[in-house]
Amino acid sequence: MKVKTFAHGIHPPELKDFTAEKAIESLPPPEKVMIPLLQHFGKPAKPLVQKGDQVHLGQKIGERQTLFSASVHSSVSGKVISVDNYNHPGGNPIPAVSITNDGQDLPFSDKEETKNPFSFSPEEIRQKVKEAGVVGLGGAAFPTAVKLSPPKDKPIETIIINGCECEPLLTSDYRLMLEAPEDILKGAELARIATGAKRIIVGIEDNKKKAFEIFQDKIQNFAGEVALLKTKYPQGAEKNLIYALLRREVPTGGLPFDVGVVVQNVGTAKAIWEAVSKGKPLYERVISVSGQGIMEPKNLLVRIGTPFKNVVEFCGGLKEDADILVMGGPMMGIVQWSLDVPVVKGTSGILAWAAPRPSLEYPCIRCGRCVENCPMTLVPTQLARYVKFDDLTAAEKWGVLDCVECGCCQYICPSKIPLVHWMRVGKNRIITLKQKKSA
Amino acid sequence: MTNNTFILQSSPHFKDKDSVPKIMYAVIASLAPVVAASLYFFRFKALALLLSCIAACLVTEALFLWLRKKPLHSLRDGSAVITGILLAMTLPPSLSLELAIIGAVVATAIGKQVFGGLGYNIFNPALVGRAFLQTAFPVAMTTWIPPATLKIQTATFATPLGNLRFQDAIAEGTLTPLKDLFIGNVGGCLGETSAFVLILGGLFLLSRRVIDWRIPLGILLSLTAFTGAFWLANPEKYASPLFHILAGGLLIGAFFMATDMVTSPITPLGTWIYALGIGIVIGLIRLFGGFAEGVMYSILFMNAFVPLLNRYTRPRILGERSKG
Repeated sequence: MKVKTFAHGIHPPELKDFTAEKAIESLPPPEKVMIPLLQHFGKPAKPLVQKGDQVHLGQKIGERQTLFSASVHSSVSGKVISVDNYNHPGGNPIPAVSITNDGQDLPFSDKEETKNPFSFSPEEIRQKVKEAGVVGLGGAAFPTAVKLSPPKDKPIETIIINGCECEPLLTSDYRLMLEAPEDILKGAELARIATGAKRIIVGIEDNKKKAFEIFQDKIQNFAGEVALLKTKYPQGAEKNLIYALLRREVPTGGLPFDVGVVVQNVGTAKAIWEAVSKGKPLYERVISVSGQGIMEPKNLLVRIGTPFKNVVEFCGGLKEDADILVMGGPMMGIVQWSLDVPVVKGTSGILAWAAPRPSLEYPCIRCGRCVENCPMTLVPTQLARYVKFDDLTAAEKWGVLDCVECGCCQYICPSKIPLVHWMRVGKNRIITLKQKKSA
Repeated sequence: MTNNTFILQSSPHFKDKDSVPKIMYAVIASLAPVVAASLYFFRFKALALLLSCIAACLVTEALFLWLRKKPLHSLRDGSAVITGILLAMTLPPSLSLELAIIGAVVATAIGKQVFGGLGYNIFNPALVGRAFLQTAFPVAMTTWIPPATLKIQTATFATPLGNLRFQDAIAEGTLTPLKDLFIGNVGGCLGETSAFVLILGGLFLLSRRVIDWRIPLGILLSLTAFTGAFWLANPEKYASPLFHILAGGLLIGAFFMATDMVTSPITPLGTWIYALGIGIVIGLIRLFGGFAEGVMYSILFMNAFVPLLNRYTRPRILGERSKG
């Protein structure tokens, strides 16, 4: 079988051996959960409960306020103790609903879905996905219902199921592919029905051969195929994945819709299946707890709102020298200053390790490695220079807004220039300026 | 257990181990066989010139860092040492040490530091130093002695290219054999005589991905095409492309000078244009110019276009619609 791929990209150490062979365990629900009302883009959800309320497992506690947002649900049954700002892994305090767990896990609704899930209409599927607060579980947490609602003039041909998991250390998607391949494929089939797509392609990197073989077997019952992709970062980045599989380029500033594609992460596909077939809201997810700084790395099924502290303690705690704590992957994840932050829907991993001695920043020596490795074929060093000298017009012209912040340029930079930081600064300034202009 | 304090930084949190000093020291390592060959062929002369150039570059660099109130640790990045070695390797063995030191000071001061130091210079510093010497002291810079291995004593001696250009070597039948060019048993600058060691060092740099393969390849291709066309048309008058590749400063230029990261383009297309341009200009100078050799001026000439090339050869962004 031919291995597919895209041009450029890098090969960071994979380090998946910590957890690749470890089956998913359930983390016992904590005594208290803090569920942020904002776990995605947009505005915080409107709280539907107040202090003192009794809530059930899976009960909706926050209603989404904008289209590009999602509702949130309780991950335990118990009593609401506060609705107030709380630490958020994104960095800024965000309103959160704190609930003490009564340990009963009393379900909010016990009506079992009796209808065959595959007989639902596209609108019904979207509705159920929306109600369940499903968002992309790959990390960006984009509301899934939006992704399942292509505009009428953009017919969808292909559903791509993203099983790349190209970030180092993370293995939660891999474990899901081994342990729940059918749920993933059923979720993909529902996404196919919802978008009117013709086929499903599951893309898996060739360092996950076992998952690839399982899917090759299971895909027989579905309208689709499995494709093997070269192990390379960022193979799972949406635009690069689409190019690798279909040789189609998502136009600048556009969406996969524009080339007839919808991409869903494997975990999201499973969540779609559970939302539609069982009416189960997204109140738990699988995460990898890994890195050299974690005593006993594991893959865990964790309730949303569980403090990092509980998760890490369940894994034997942190090693003494661990001084980097990351939510997500090592390439795109966000560092945490404290273990007192809750797991959110976008938490794909909790990683810790001992940071190497920081290296000196040198002037750019024009080696061109950032250009050679940028998966978007940008010129990162030039963009960084434009942003640094506040030439935003040039930065925009040279495509700073196309930067996906994958981090390849900064990974490879021998001068250790914080290139991604400058991209973010540039994007932020340009977007702020535009908002001011239109206001 | 939660006594750990955490470092805050923005992603990515993994970084490649390669660094500017590591790149510089790889270049120095790759120059080891070249330096060894120069010591073998030119003995004590080579050693004295090499050490004076390195020392003068380091001292000038230190002085400018101090004047510019920059941290002195940049001395350790290895770039000044490279300039020193490269300059020495492009000097005639008979040059006096004073002139070599002047060249090294100009290379570091005018070639590099006045632009803002490492990363900001437009022209290859070693070649700036050499070009200065060539212009200011043209006789000293074109007086050659035979390598010690030839065991002959003459006051003057022609380089293979000088022989070709000014002494009608093809008609006279005195064109230097390719074998001698390959081994390095010929007259010329300290480090340019042995094609064999230059290829060795170049392959090391290519294997470590320190230099862009497009540059040596592009230079070789365009020089071969240019000189080959004339050679095919009139082999009685023009030397073969292989002669042009092995003779003079072509290989040291193609592997060690033109590939200087700072002064070569960062875009793939720009790099091709730059490299092909160098090869053509070398051919033009060697065949029709006033000098026997043209590597130095052609690299400096194309260095000048690098900012322009970078600007006009931006790669197409993934998903960007092509114009028109």
